[in-house]
Amino acid sequence: MKTKKPKGKMAGSKAGKHSKGSTLSAQPGSRKLTGKASGLRGVRVLVGTHKGAFILEADGKRQKWNVRGPFFSGWEIYHMKGSPADPNRIYASQTSGWFGQILQRSSDGGKTWETPGGEKMPKPGEFPTGKSNLFAYDTSAATGKTLTTHQFYDGTQHPWEFKRVWHLEPSLTDPDTAYAGIEDAAIFRTTNGGQTWHELAGLRGHNTGPKWQPGAGGMCLHTILIDPSNHERIYVAISAAGAFRTDDGGATWKPINQGLRSQYIPDPTAEVGHCVHRIALNRTRPNVLFMQKHWDVMRSDNHGDVWREVSGNLPTDFGFVIDVHAHEAETVYVVPIKSDGEHFPIEGKLRVYRSRTGGNEWEPLTKGLPQRDCYVNVLRDAMAVDQLDSCGIYFGTTGGQVYVSPDSGDHWAPIVSNLPAVLSVEVQTLQ
Amino acid sequence: MIRVILPQHLRTLAHVDGEVQLEVGGPVTQRAVLDALEARYPVLCGTIRDHITLKRRPFIRFFVCQEDWSHESQDSPLPEAVATGAEPFMVIGAIAGG
Repeated sequence: MKTKKPKGKMAGSKAGKHSKGSTLSAQPGSRKLTGKASGLRGVRVLVGTHKGAFILEADGKRQKWNVRGPFFSGWEIYHMKGSPADPNRIYASQTSGWFGQILQRSSDGGKTWETPGGEKMPKPGEFPTGKSNLFAYDTSAATGKTLTTHQFYDGTQHPWEFKRVWHLEPSLTDPDTAYAGIEDAAIFRTTNGGQTWHELAGLRGHNTGPKWQPGAGGMCLHTILIDPSNHERIYVAISAAGAFRTDDGGATWKPINQGLRSQYIPDPTAEVGHCVHRIALNRTRPNVLFMQKHWDVMRSDNHGDVWREVSGNLPTDFGFVIDVHAHEAETVYVVPIKSDGEHFPIEGKLRVYRSRTGGNEWEPLTKGLPQRDCYVNVLRDAMAVDQLDSCGIYFGTTGGQVYVSPDSGDHWAPIVSNLPAVLSVEVQTLQ
Repeated sequence: MIRVILPQHLRTLAHVDGEVQLEVGGPVTQRAVLDALEARYPVLCGTIRDHITLKRRPFIRFFVCQEDWSHESQDSPLPEAVATGAEPFMVIGAIAGG
């Protein structure tokens, strides 16, 4: 059954490989890691849920798992991610409707955690810091003065208000540098391990900023991708504004939404206003981007300058997650979700779809996944791939399952089955 | 000495058991108590009141001597019983959601 894209549908969603066997290891930035040769010893899966964080660890076989957690129990963990430069350094976004935002950091692989600059003061007022959770929009005369409002649900202009950190993206080279994507949409950077954060105001300062408006899940900046071949080039995605790119390390940004077509906005091909759910790239070929839009799976071969649809034979092209195989740059994964009004798999069958042709031709992957009575969702930050020779694919569900496929999607098994609703999944490949 | 009772999640965050005891200089007001609390436990900055506006977060309440002081001015003097430590200043997470 193919679910057709509705025409004229209103925005209403939350959030949220090419030729098989291409030889990629010789390309710049390639990280193809062969088990024995590279001395890899396993994987660490970082799982953020509605009620805490969990860390799942296994050796390279990825069959026997050790589960640690919950960390920060009772809090929403929107995202956790480890530094590529130092896998012991992990950042976590801990949030609560009651108590706001907390930024957690580990320097020992998640064994212990700290709030940078939040240590108890021996005497009151000694040196009050506690700014690791302060995300203050730029209001400076130089760069932030005019960034006052965005469009609200009712069409009026609304002040930007910080709500939470959706996504943390550590630098590829410096464990103390990381980027944070927040709601209301903006991007921040820390260069001191999370003690303080500063906005890269050029993004909000783009002249389309006042036209951005929230999706049903809020106006969140949920995707940050750093080009491994050029660290000055960064991609972000915002619901429901679209995708943006900087080529100068965050000083200036441009919308990269040409080719997107969204029936739920007055001008379906507008410069901004598209509800992009997720973007992914293969680090060996960073000019090629794949996107799961609200509806439509898209591809760009020129750093996002132009997109084309590659939904092909998918049973529905609505969904949240998308990711790319670690070693096969044309092998792409999505989890089709029935529609923006029904956030669950079609026919109660949880199926990952894989394309080995860079899109258009998709095959369902079902072995080990529930094929009846399954009505979970897979949220936008809840899929990841590892770097082991036999690439592992991971995803988490709102039903609390985290699945792994150690063989590129051919076979699946649950690592855990009864966690709180999963908000995010990341994986570290450990040496 | 001012006694402050925090909700469980904030006690965990600040690594404290039971009540927090603070010295507050000058008039004992909500603002003075929260200033002293955040100065001693910086990790609590932003969790009870907004970092920038210093307004109480929507689902936080302040109870004093069995009365809800959430809507009182932050600069109103708190009851003498709080200033003397006979009664605690209670920070409450509102009953909301699941």
